[in-house]
Amino acid sequence: MERAEDVKKHIKVYLWVFAGLVIGTIVTVAVSNLQAGVALGIFIAMVIATFKGSLVAGFFMHLRTEKKLIYFVLGITALLLLVLMFITFFTIGDQVGVQIVPESAGHSVH
Amino acid sequence: MEIPYTVDAHPETGLHNSKIGIWLFLASEVMLFGGLFSAYILLRTGSLPGVWPLGSDILSVPIGTFNTLVLIISSVTMVMSWASLKMNDFSKYKLYMGTTILLGSLFLVIKIFYEYIPKFSHHHFPSTDTFYAIYFTLTGLHGLHVLGGILVNLYFWGPGSKLWKTEPERFSNRIEVAGLYWHFVDLVWIFLFPTLYLL
Amino acid sequence: MSSAYHDEGFWRKYVFSTDHKWIGIQYAVTALFFLLIGFCLILVMRWQLAYPGEAVPIIGKLLSEEGMLTPDLYNSFGAMHGTIMIFLGVVPLAVGGFGNYVLPLQIGAPDMAFPKINMASYWSFFVGGVVMLASFFMPQGAASSGWTMYPPLSVIQTTGETMWLIGMVFLITSSLLGAINFITTVIQLRTKGMTWMRLPFFVWTQFITSFLLLLAFPPLESAAILQLMDRLAGTSFFLPSGLYVGGEVLNVSGGGSPLLWQHLFWFLAHPEVYVLILPAMGIVAEIITNNTRKPLWGYRSMVYSLIFLGFMSFIVWAHHMFLTGMGTTMAAFFQTTTMIISIPSVIILSAMFISLWGGSIRFSVPMLFALAFLPMFGIGGLTGLPLGLASADIHLHDTYYVIGHFHYIVAPGTLLALFAGIYYWFPKVTGRKMNDSLGRIHFFGTFIGMNGVFMPMFIQGLAGVSRRLYDGGTTYLHAQPVLQWNEFMTISAILLGLFQIPFIVNFFMSIKRGKKVSSNPWEATTLEWAAAPSPPIRHGNFSSVPEVYHSPYEYNVPVNGTVEEFVPQNKVLEVE
Repeated sequence: MERAEDVKKHIKVYLWVFAGLVIGTIVTVAVSNLQAGVALGIFIAMVIATFKGSLVAGFFMHLRTEKKLIYFVLGITALLLLVLMFITFFTIGDQVGVQIVPESAGHSVH
Repeated sequence: MEIPYTVDAHPETGLHNSKIGIWLFLASEVMLFGGLFSAYILLRTGSLPGVWPLGSDILSVPIGTFNTLVLIISSVTMVMSWASLKMNDFSKYKLYMGTTILLGSLFLVIKIFYEYIPKFSHHHFPSTDTFYAIYFTLTGLHGLHVLGGILVNLYFWGPGSKLWKTEPERFSNRIEVAGLYWHFVDLVWIFLFPTLYLL
Repeated sequence: MSSAYHDEGFWRKYVFSTDHKWIGIQYAVTALFFLLIGFCLILVMRWQLAYPGEAVPIIGKLLSEEGMLTPDLYNSFGAMHGTIMIFLGVVPLAVGGFGNYVLPLQIGAPDMAFPKINMASYWSFFVGGVVMLASFFMPQGAASSGWTMYPPLSVIQTTGETMWLIGMVFLITSSLLGAINFITTVIQLRTKGMTWMRLPFFVWTQFITSFLLLLAFPPLESAAILQLMDRLAGTSFFLPSGLYVGGEVLNVSGGGSPLLWQHLFWFLAHPEVYVLILPAMGIVAEIITNNTRKPLWGYRSMVYSLIFLGFMSFIVWAHHMFLTGMGTTMAAFFQTTTMIISIPSVIILSAMFISLWGGSIRFSVPMLFALAFLPMFGIGGLTGLPLGLASADIHLHDTYYVIGHFHYIVAPGTLLALFAGIYYWFPKVTGRKMNDSLGRIHFFGTFIGMNGVFMPMFIQGLAGVSRRLYDGGTTYLHAQPVLQWNEFMTISAILLGLFQIPFIVNFFMSIKRGKKVSSNPWEATTLEWAAAPSPPIRHGNFSSVPEVYHSPYEYNVPVNGTVEEFVPQNKVLEVE
């Protein structure tokens, strides 16, 4: 359990994290105005979102110093999330007689 | 027999029950939003070329950015309310928690009155096209989560805070757990905002 | 819960109870009721299949004016039979009922970690069940596009489909709350000395099952939300462009993907298969080791297999979708994972068979059911292998073969195990034993009846009879040589129903009149038998906190030079 003195130190960190989040938000919006192209745009936006997300999770949700059990649960969840997203994606992309082209999803369903 | 480890940490895991409970719940929430995100990815990559609109052409980026900041600040005040309890300052807790609730409500008010209603009045409904469908569904579900968080926080701000007098340790645990949920809702928005508004 | 054990009013004690034992009983009784309803639905359908177009006896007038089952009702009954049996019958009984009642007792916990959430879980299930049943009385009838709710059909179908989705959201919520509770309880509330490798196998199965529920259900919830939007807000998540309904293009924006639903659905529904079977395996393992009077063979390898099985169940789901035009690369991937997942199942099944080796078996009623589970599950599992291979699956997928296969898993498999569990733990719940003779009649009738119903399905399926035919194949030339089985299966189903009467009579009679028993009538070793017979509701589970000194199944083990018949986990042994 955290004691009062430790918590005081935390508060300073929280304010730094807050600054980081605000800057992250501004950068995302600014970058999106550059019209960097769809693929690069998605990549940059997701990198910044992941950075901001890990700030929130790491500091506000105290994941930086959490117990093993929580890491374990979240690890499984992350793994299954990847399975859900990517294997589904690959499977829908991989159709008999159809190339992975944008037209496929609307018309390949029989 | 009492149920053990409602307040104290279990010697092996180092955690009290509700902390494990909330993280398990958040794990399931990750899968819930994960399912929706993969639906988004599949529908977008599967759409005909040129059909999927750019979010920033349709949605208001300034309003979205402002709302993002509102949620981020509310996350800070949420964590501050927990820190205040840890420093035994109950009146500051009340202040920070109240601010969190107000900010959460502000988020919803902006969402509804400055985003949803103007869209409806321009006859843009979920049924208009797949972009609007996914936009309304994702933000709507996120909005419901915000609403749920506000209600929980209201309880801990009002009647629920009586517990502070009798069991302060347990009460601050509860605030920590409520905070974890609130930060998660913020986290979802951090991914939703660029996905829907900017890309 | 500091003020927990005061005397409380009727409502708090028996309706909105927070005691895991009472919630378990509530779950079990509700689930048994739903199982009966689901069975009645299929009886009517089977009548139609055996005697197409003939009036259904007794209840015919309720169904239509001519007294026969109309095609629309047939579809509704089929969809709701699946839904009710899986989501309202077997899972609530296996997880909600047995899990709630037995799991805290077996780990020596005073209650679940979150008693109020446990109560919410039951009532959410209850509301979900009521919504599902209410859908029968909607203007156009209940959901009728199969228990899988495949769009686009399900989106353009009757209002009952909306009710199905809403009911499903409640059921998913219930499962999530339950799963959170179970996992936290097992992690936090194991009593002193109850290490992970001393957990009874039943607890392990419930633990893994809970993880499956926790992480597999949310994608279905998101899919249900999307389909609700499709139905209520007019979106097209699952509706492709240019969809024709009744000869006209459907007036929707289009651009959706029906396959997306199938992926999200089966991402849940394959782990769900293991949710159905794992608790059954747990129950059977408990009963087999107790009745062979020797330790469970290969306990550790069973536990590791279980964990592996739980994980693998998340990456096999698209083997339900080989017919969707899946390419060979991904088909090969899912075939491979499907073949791999059969390995841990076979390890568990083999370990249970080997456990019988050299035991002095007591053929008690629960043991009869548990023994019957083994070959039945074996048949169910082995007939699944051809379905896991894409080339064979393309021939078999839409035939009765599939119906036969999965019913061998859940009906003669899981249901027999659940009956075994009811006979086994009945003395703990009520303090009285169920009648042996009635139990044996029930067992043999059920065992023969179930095989009579499901075995011919393999024959029909291999002959190519489609599983979705209203007339059972009467109008198809290739179905003619196997048509006579329809009548055989229907008569078997009716007999199966009749043989449930001794069970129902036995169940209710034994609550009041069964033979009174001590706290440990089966001479078992696990902790639930250390609690009082019929442990009182809302007064804790044990008179004092039990402490565990042994692994779970110490039957006939050498102790200090002699052989102890059985060593309960909490028994202190003097070491010389």
